[in-house]
Amino acid sequence: MNFIDNPRKLRGFEKHLKVEKVSRRSILKGLGITGGFVLAAPVMSRQAFAYETGAGKMPHGVVVDPRVFVAVAPEGTVTIVAHRSEMGTGVRTSLPLIVAEEMEADWSKVRVQQAHGDEVKFGNQDTDGSRSTRHYLLPMRQIGAAARTMLEQAAAKRWGVPATEVKAVNHEVVHSASGRKLGFGELAADAAKESVPAIEGLKLKDPKDFRYLGKGQISIVDLHDITTGKAQYGGDVRLPGMKHAVIARPPVTGGKLTSFDPDAALKVPGVEKVMQVRGWPWPSKFQPLGGVAVIARNTGAAIKGRDALKLVWDDGANGKYDSVAYRKDLEEASRKPGLVVRKEGDADAALKSADKVIVGEYYIPHLAHVSMEPPVAVADVKGDKAEIWAPVQSPGGTREDVAKTLGIPEGNVTVNVTLLGGGFGRKSKCDYALEAALLSKELGAPVKVQWTREDDIHNGFLHTVSAERIEAGLDKDGKVIAWRHRSVAPSIASTFAAGTVHQAPFELGMGLVDMPFEIANISCENPEAAAHTRIGWFRSVSNIPRAFAVQSMVGEIANATGRDQKETLLALIGTPRIVKPAVKDMWNYGEPYDSYPIDTARLRKVVELVAEKGEWGRQVPKGHGLGIAVHRSFVSYIATIVEVAVDEKGKLTVPRVDTAIDCGTYVNPERIASQIEGAAIMGLSLAKYGQVTFKDGKVEQNNFDDFQVVRIDEAPLVTNVHIMPPGADTPPSGVGEPGVPPFAPALMNAIFAATGKRIRSLPIGKQLEA
Amino acid sequence: MIKVKINGQEQSWDGDPDLPLLWFLRDEAGLTGTKFGCGKALCGACTVIIDKEAVRSCITSINDVAGREVTTIEGLHPEGDDPVQKAWRQVNVPQCGFCQAGQIMQAAALLMDNPKPSHDQIREAMAGNICRCGCYQRIENAVHLASTGV
Ligand code: FES
Ligand code: FES
Repeated sequence: MNFIDNPRKLRGFEKHLKVEKVSRRSILKGLGITGGFVLAAPVMSRQAFAYETGAGKMPHGVVVDPRVFVAVAPEGTVTIVAHRSEMGTGVRTSLPLIVAEEMEADWSKVRVQQAHGDEVKFGNQDTDGSRSTRHYLLPMRQIGAAARTMLEQAAAKRWGVPATEVKAVNHEVVHSASGRKLGFGELAADAAKESVPAIEGLKLKDPKDFRYLGKGQISIVDLHDITTGKAQYGGDVRLPGMKHAVIARPPVTGGKLTSFDPDAALKVPGVEKVMQVRGWPWPSKFQPLGGVAVIARNTGAAIKGRDALKLVWDDGANGKYDSVAYRKDLEEASRKPGLVVRKEGDADAALKSADKVIVGEYYIPHLAHVSMEPPVAVADVKGDKAEIWAPVQSPGGTREDVAKTLGIPEGNVTVNVTLLGGGFGRKSKCDYALEAALLSKELGAPVKVQWTREDDIHNGFLHTVSAERIEAGLDKDGKVIAWRHRSVAPSIASTFAAGTVHQAPFELGMGLVDMPFEIANISCENPEAAAHTRIGWFRSVSNIPRAFAVQSMVGEIANATGRDQKETLLALIGTPRIVKPAVKDMWNYGEPYDSYPIDTARLRKVVELVAEKGEWGRQVPKGHGLGIAVHRSFVSYIATIVEVAVDEKGKLTVPRVDTAIDCGTYVNPERIASQIEGAAIMGLSLAKYGQVTFKDGKVEQNNFDDFQVVRIDEAPLVTNVHIMPPGADTPPSGVGEPGVPPFAPALMNAIFAATGKRIRSLPIGKQLEA
Repeated sequence: MIKVKINGQEQSWDGDPDLPLLWFLRDEAGLTGTKFGCGKALCGACTVIIDKEAVRSCITSINDVAGREVTTIEGLHPEGDDPVQKAWRQVNVPQCGFCQAGQIMQAAALLMDNPKPSHDQIREAMAGNICRCGCYQRIENAVHLASTGV
């Protein structure tokens, strides 16, 4: 079995140091600060430190060095580098905020600079897996503390007093005994000469002295630019002589171009060139699919030209992929034994002897990310040098892949990260940047490759499709004594390795083998499923189908036993304890189990918190229903209550959503709330409408008319977010993804409460109209 | 030669008259604040204001706007302080931000037409604008705030 929670573990790493290059915005320019504490690439910047998170084990690990992340100009402006990509979570604000907090910088005097892709210099930059705050809270604090220490030491030397007598406070260092003060700017040049302190000796602030962390209401740094149209996304980059391109790609995964006729396209006004783009055989990881590119003076002409192309494709082996037939295959596989991936007790025997067996078969189709900004990238390749501007979640990986694809040294590739107009996992795959690089090389000019919405839906890296079958055996008192969960779905690993038929540990660990219920006999199985299209990470990944199945089953058990949903849920979770599943490759989101165990006390508490704040059990009008669900993912604990209203015609509305999240120690509650509010919308979208289907190997949906997402007029009237105050020393955990999984099952449980109808197949579509 | 006034400035175009206004704005006039989200009038990311009305620039040809006045997000207010923009910041609406220029232009057009919309009217008027990040609750609140004074 492959272990690829991060595909970059499959790569070799050859790295070159490069001096910081500023390219994003005018306000960030001019960092050639002289006489200050400057950004520099130190020869040796790494200090070993044992983190209690999995941060150190990510490709290129963690770099704690203020010279890499912090600059202080003589006039006092502090520049802090954000090395992760901003796609809407607020990370470009949150990580620098942590540094500012710990170094006692005044946030209003801080500028944020986006790092380009360089993991030797900045450490791991993969913005995925809800890892940024979780992995970087402590390192960013250490960076801030190191910078503060250097400023304090510089002041102490200037005054000839012991360093213990001085203290940084709000952008100044003060010597209270004498009342002397020096601003950070005045100390910058001297501080730069201090050596970087060892991590072990750093004194971190007492959390009770925090001014920003955990306080909330810090607006994102890009807020003004976003509201005035100045914010720069992938497609907004303009270079002199830049061409605009769109590409016609094979409609079937693994298909190839047989022939093409460019004549009509070349007659379209504004079209300058039609050329073939190299494709890689499937499975091709993140390499381009190939096809035909239309190059024009503007994107409109390129699209019109592409429409005029005459193309003949050889569809290849996946030309028969058909979602109706495939669903049958998955469901049949789920009814037969499969690879056992967790076994405790004897589920077979216990199911046989059970008083009652409840069987639930759940189906969750392929989903497309449809980030508001479709994939887009700009490349300028000159000789053996390449510069890329792109909205990528993995700037380091993009740099590696561009270098490999062009056959040039990685040190010759610069990857500038723009803002991402949404990512949701789609932009962890840099295929669009590789396309731009290949085209620019061939054209000898800078080029922008723009994906249309149709391209995005037809040629993406879809969320898997799965059949989830759960059998729960109850004894005569209604207690669950047996649990068999078979999960059948093509794996993301199939995008990397031909012949993959089983899910990888990182997928099995998302809601299947880490199931937290206290049940004596458990069998989790993973029957085989082969992929026929590119499968990729989609926000929350396999947690979506698993939480849907498991938490719907809780509702079914409640109904079968005539008990309250919440009480049934708490009974299944059982006693407060650390769950130790009998699993060989327990993934645990890449985190050490000791720091991030499955803690049912925390799971129970979010259920209780949401029940209290969300007024579980409240009277609701006729036609309304309440549903509850809880799920641990990305090492956070989240519970959701949905109130639904279903009218006589089967039209559903959502008057109220309550979500409680325990994400440990947190940075910016304002952004946590926005992520959870958004997760409810994404959960509602996938529940109501989400599906990508195939016929004759081709995707049947095209745009937002047939791949619908929720709009404002059907959004919940109110979404309340309840953040659990962190326990002392509770390490930080994920926020971006875990909000999505509990939503759909809570909605299904609510629909059942309102109508008596149990929906087991997504999307809901017209199922309530019957 | 097609002439059109964009944010108060006269621009001209002698290429394909069918070119969608969106691509003229973005690729020919260098005004990249207006975004491409679907190209089929389904998402609202490309919304601009023409004669006080919200228009999807992706399905409006440059020829259709000949002689008219187009306002994009860049021209809504010289300092970016239109009440809608201010409300957006006060409510911390955006996540990724990509849909927000279109949302703001749609909201500004709504308030020109109906200075005090009800919550239902806000939801109805804004329903053509998708936010995949799901900022709807805040969008609704921000439009309401802009209508009641920021
Ligand atoms: S891009 Fe015009 S409505 Fe979507
Ligand atoms: S803020 Fe991301 S699409 Fe609206």
